[in-house]
Amino acid sequence: MAEKTFTVTADTGIHARPATLLVQAAGKFDSEINLEYKGRKVNLKSIMGVMSLGIGQGAEIKITAEGSDEQDALNTLEETLKREGLAE
Amino acid sequence: MAKVRTKDIIEKFNLELISGEEGINRPIVTSDLSRPGLEMAGFFDYYPAERVQLLGMTEMEFYDKLSMPEQKQRMHSLCSDLTPCIIVTRGQEIPEYLIEASERESVPVLRAASKTTRLFSRLTNYLEFKLAPTTAVHGVLIDIYGVGVLITGKSGVGKSETALELVKRGHRLVADDCVEIRQEDEETLVGNSPELLQNLLEIRGLGIINVMTLFGAGAVRNYKRISLVINLELWEKAKQYDRLGLDEEKIRILETDITKLIVPVRPGRNLAVIIEVAAMNFRLKRMGYNAAQQFTSKLADVIMESDHHDEV
Repeated sequence: MAEKTFTVTADTGIHARPATLLVQAAGKFDSEINLEYKGRKVNLKSIMGVMSLGIGQGAEIKITAEGSDEQDALNTLEETLKREGLAE
Repeated sequence: MAKVRTKDIIEKFNLELISGEEGINRPIVTSDLSRPGLEMAGFFDYYPAERVQLLGMTEMEFYDKLSMPEQKQRMHSLCSDLTPCIIVTRGQEIPEYLIEASERESVPVLRAASKTTRLFSRLTNYLEFKLAPTTAVHGVLIDIYGVGVLITGKSGVGKSETALELVKRGHRLVADDCVEIRQEDEETLVGNSPELLQNLLEIRGLGIINVMTLFGAGAVRNYKRISLVINLELWEKAKQYDRLGLDEEKIRILETDITKLIVPVRPGRNLAVIIEVAAMNFRLKRMGYNAAQQFTSKLADVIMESDHHDEV
């Protein structure tokens, strides 16, 4: 299992549009990918799940991936988060 | 993060805050309550300080019979830095020493108008409900003919689309995509939607739709007990699917085993109808009629009979 913790830097937090980007990036992989925030875990391939967390600026989030392409998935998601200025 | 704080029960049970206001954000970590009778008599060895303390008529009458130094000492020992709050019931007078001790340790002292036993049971119910173990599951929860069906499956398999079709057929949506599940009682799982997502459904190509404004208040429910899990998966040629329905597979969620069906998805299969029938069949089984069992016993009879004929 691959996992990494990030801190959200975007002013608006993980809003609807950035959430879509993340979910789309995650959807390309076969691995089971989850997002954890404040002890709640949701499937990162589900847009509603991600948005239900209401993640704001400064929040600590953890992404975990498990499966055949877990490392690739985590790298791509990290890249997406950084490219969009969402988290680091 | 604390699930319940002292201020929540003040609000919920309409309690009067007497002193120790600084402590109203204290977390309540257990649903057990305490009536510190023996403590009032001076036995503090097993004092459960982390519980909500209830002082009823008996405890207060006893307290009045104590000497002044004893009274002071008991109240100071009752107020610890762990105690979420002390509730005095039946609208009784609050002793001076209790107020003094509570202000020093910032333990909220509350007054309730109701009787102790009554408040005791209501508080227990409320705390058990709030402190129940929870989990979140990726799936859709829908009430079909009164049976709470949790539809699970990989992303993109068509859970939300099936839910939409079921809503169109008059069933009620509870949660889409993310279902919060609570172990409410032994063998009872209750699911609801995260508040932000209530009544919403996400359909690829359409986006987010509000089921309540589109279909009316009759098309949604806030929470529902989960009785059946249906897992949708893409049809695999090599895989064997249940053809008889004699065996029941179970899935464990929190501490409860729930009946699980695996329904393969293929273009042209009307999933909504299949799930609707699965829910009806589940109800029928619970009422004591099992079509698969009835059929196999009938089949056995026929085979037995034909054996007899052969012998003659």
